[in-house]
Amino acid sequence: MAYDYDKWIRPGKLPHIWCPGCGHGIVMKGLIRAFDTLQLKKEETAIVSGIGCASRLPGYIDCCTLHTTHGRAAAFATGLKMARPEMKVILCGGDGDGTAIGGNHFIHACRRNIDMTYIIMNNYIYGMTGGQFSPATPTGHKASTTPYGNPDPNFDIAKLAIGAGATFVARGTAFHAAQLDKLIVEAIQHKGFSVVEILDDCPTTYGRRNKFKSVIEMMNRLKEISVPVKAAEKMTPEQLQGKVLTGVLYKEEKPEYCEQYAKVIERAQVGK
Amino acid sequence: MAKKVAFIQGNEAAAHGAIYAGCNFFAGYPITPSTEVAEVMSLELPKTGGKFIQMEDEIGAMAALIGASLGGAKVLTSTSGPGLSLKQENIGYACIAEVPCVIVNVMRGGPSTGMPTGPSQSDIMCAKWGTHGDHPAICLVPASVQELFEETVRAFSLAEKYRTPVMIMPDEIVAHMRERVVFPEPGEIEVINRTAPSVPPEQYKPYDTSFGDVPPLAAFGSGYKFHVTGLNKMQDGFPTTKAAIVQAEEERQVRKVEANKADIMKWEEYLIDDAEIVIVAYGSTSRSARYAVNAAREQGIKAGLFRPITFWPFPEERLLEISRKTKAFITPEMSLGQCNGVVKGCIEGNAPVYGIYHVDGEPVSPDEILNKMKEVK
Amino acid sequence: MSRYELRFSGAGGQGLITAGIIMAKAASIYEGKQAVQSQSYGPEARGGASKSEVIISDGPIDYPKVTKCDALLAMTQEAADKYSSDLKEGGVLLTDSEFVLRPPKGNFKHVAFPIMTTAKEEVGREIVANIVAFGAMVALTGQVSRENAEKAVLSSVPEAFLELNKKAFTLGYEKALAASA
Repeated sequence: MAYDYDKWIRPGKLPHIWCPGCGHGIVMKGLIRAFDTLQLKKEETAIVSGIGCASRLPGYIDCCTLHTTHGRAAAFATGLKMARPEMKVILCGGDGDGTAIGGNHFIHACRRNIDMTYIIMNNYIYGMTGGQFSPATPTGHKASTTPYGNPDPNFDIAKLAIGAGATFVARGTAFHAAQLDKLIVEAIQHKGFSVVEILDDCPTTYGRRNKFKSVIEMMNRLKEISVPVKAAEKMTPEQLQGKVLTGVLYKEEKPEYCEQYAKVIERAQVGK
Repeated sequence: MAKKVAFIQGNEAAAHGAIYAGCNFFAGYPITPSTEVAEVMSLELPKTGGKFIQMEDEIGAMAALIGASLGGAKVLTSTSGPGLSLKQENIGYACIAEVPCVIVNVMRGGPSTGMPTGPSQSDIMCAKWGTHGDHPAICLVPASVQELFEETVRAFSLAEKYRTPVMIMPDEIVAHMRERVVFPEPGEIEVINRTAPSVPPEQYKPYDTSFGDVPPLAAFGSGYKFHVTGLNKMQDGFPTTKAAIVQAEEERQVRKVEANKADIMKWEEYLIDDAEIVIVAYGSTSRSARYAVNAAREQGIKAGLFRPITFWPFPEERLLEISRKTKAFITPEMSLGQCNGVVKGCIEGNAPVYGIYHVDGEPVSPDEILNKMKEVK
Repeated sequence: MSRYELRFSGAGGQGLITAGIIMAKAASIYEGKQAVQSQSYGPEARGGASKSEVIISDGPIDYPKVTKCDALLAMTQEAADKYSSDLKEGGVLLTDSEFVLRPPKGNFKHVAFPIMTTAKEEVGREIVANIVAFGAMVALTGQVSRENAEKAVLSSVPEAFLELNKKAFTLGYEKALAASA
């Protein structure tokens, strides 16, 4: 299928700021393919982001775009969605933005089950500020602020989302572009708060500190560690050691927040 | 038909004032002593079809407010000291992205947790300089429950007219005291809404200065698409680091308030004409001051009261004018000289400015002001 | 200009703030005077010392707090100790005779009767002690008429409790008159 990328890229806004080999561009193209597949209307689609490399994505896409403060995308988006429940609201950002400084907003957006889709590009690092460790940086790995190896345990972002009450949680990678398209489409179609964690790469600030010789090696690693949930069902715990599950990890139908609030309005207006 | 009258609390009046002004979105977080604003909004807003959300924290409340305002809503939040500190991050965002919003900040003691149930007036500099960077500031400081209602309506009009955050800052006494309020009829107080774009979507730029210092603001979801960022931006909303554009935009953001001071400033003068001693006081302290001025006049002291109702922008020029024929100023305040410093800063040394400072959770009493007048006479 | 200053004090949770509000409402909404009610409170929702102040005047009210108290209600010893120092000469002090065992001394009129017990045993609910006290304060201060005070009470309480509060108000009013006679 041919996708109309030009329709969705803002004229004059490329080239993007991302480094050669960064996976954010792959994610952006996946997002555009999803928008194109779903025939979204630009004026009724909003992309809201926080701060960081991944959060620069909305600037390149031609729709209603809101580049907010660090970690706050989910909270800004919650206000926008409540004011305009008919809009499609997409959140995007990185692992540090979403799960450290924005962790509180993230879990509460999950809990409310407000109808938005959160694309978290997890490249295991704060890239824009030069490679400091994030809540997703694996223990023992190097970052500019963990010169002796990271002592912190890390978050499993998808599990965090499930635990906090998100009603659609998926994980993909920047390597598996075709699978990613499907996951993003399904996430956007889901009524409720959907999260797609995308394992991504940052060759510049993470790869070179952690003995990845090339972008290809980083991409190959994403390929090697990924196991689709279906395939994992047939694998032993030993075989799953060091692997990461991909695909739709969790899905349920639950009352959506804006619809719930519409009922509050109905109750308040009874007898009025 | 007789107007609706009620005996209500300051915080309730702020909420009702917001609804009168057409507020249709509230995001907040519980904090003493402002919580009644949120409680009334949670009850009243859905009746009008508006929406209330209690966010996970103060930062998120301010963020949701901006998101909703960009969706076209007229938005309110309420908070108090520690919450104001947290909200400053996104207040700065609203300043640079030029998003209308109204913040009720009930002043309690500080810094930090301070005295949550005690009155204070020590957030006044925070209202101007709390968020980092250069930015405009509008701050209103009503002194009665009726005025809190009316000034909240005005806060919305100013926020919408100038595309900027507006703070309304009653001290805890004004916020919690109860007085009779006469509710104005719809239309009785002017309500100004933001200017909608007059150009079609394909020509729209969110910071198009060909329309003046306050460009029209479209709403997301209304057929217009554009980009909003907290970075220094160009007229089309996209980020830039071009020196000339950044300089011009920063200057415009401040100028749109500074150049319209006459429209925004509001103050009251009481027995100023022949006054030798002028008390500069606002909020509940101005009520102690008025009591003291009356008592002083009875004792033959020529006292007057200058009461800012808009604290930012501060009515500097008028106070400078008054200072040329004033022997002494006194600034009673529930802070350690924040208002005193502002007065000193605008009267060019024309008269001494004495302070009476309370940060003990007690109001400045009329007696203290009267005694000070006798002392400096 | 007449300025009359009242203070309702006791423990947090006794409804003294409500009593003050009803007094101010009676004056400003029903009596046609001006009134301001303010309060100070601690972190406790129950217990601790709590006060509610009401200024009533024929004209505009500047300072919203008590300068010299004309009438003080003290439901507890702690409140009596803490809030009676600025009671005016010739003012009036109302205390609960069972809880304020060491009433402050001074050149003012002191009226006492068992307010809590009246509510509990004669009205049937301790929770309306504040309305018993309010009725008594109306009788002792004469700032609002009995009719307007009763209207203010009835417009401030849930419909299911109208009779209960009316009874509390009447008992308070009459007991105060009897106790001060």
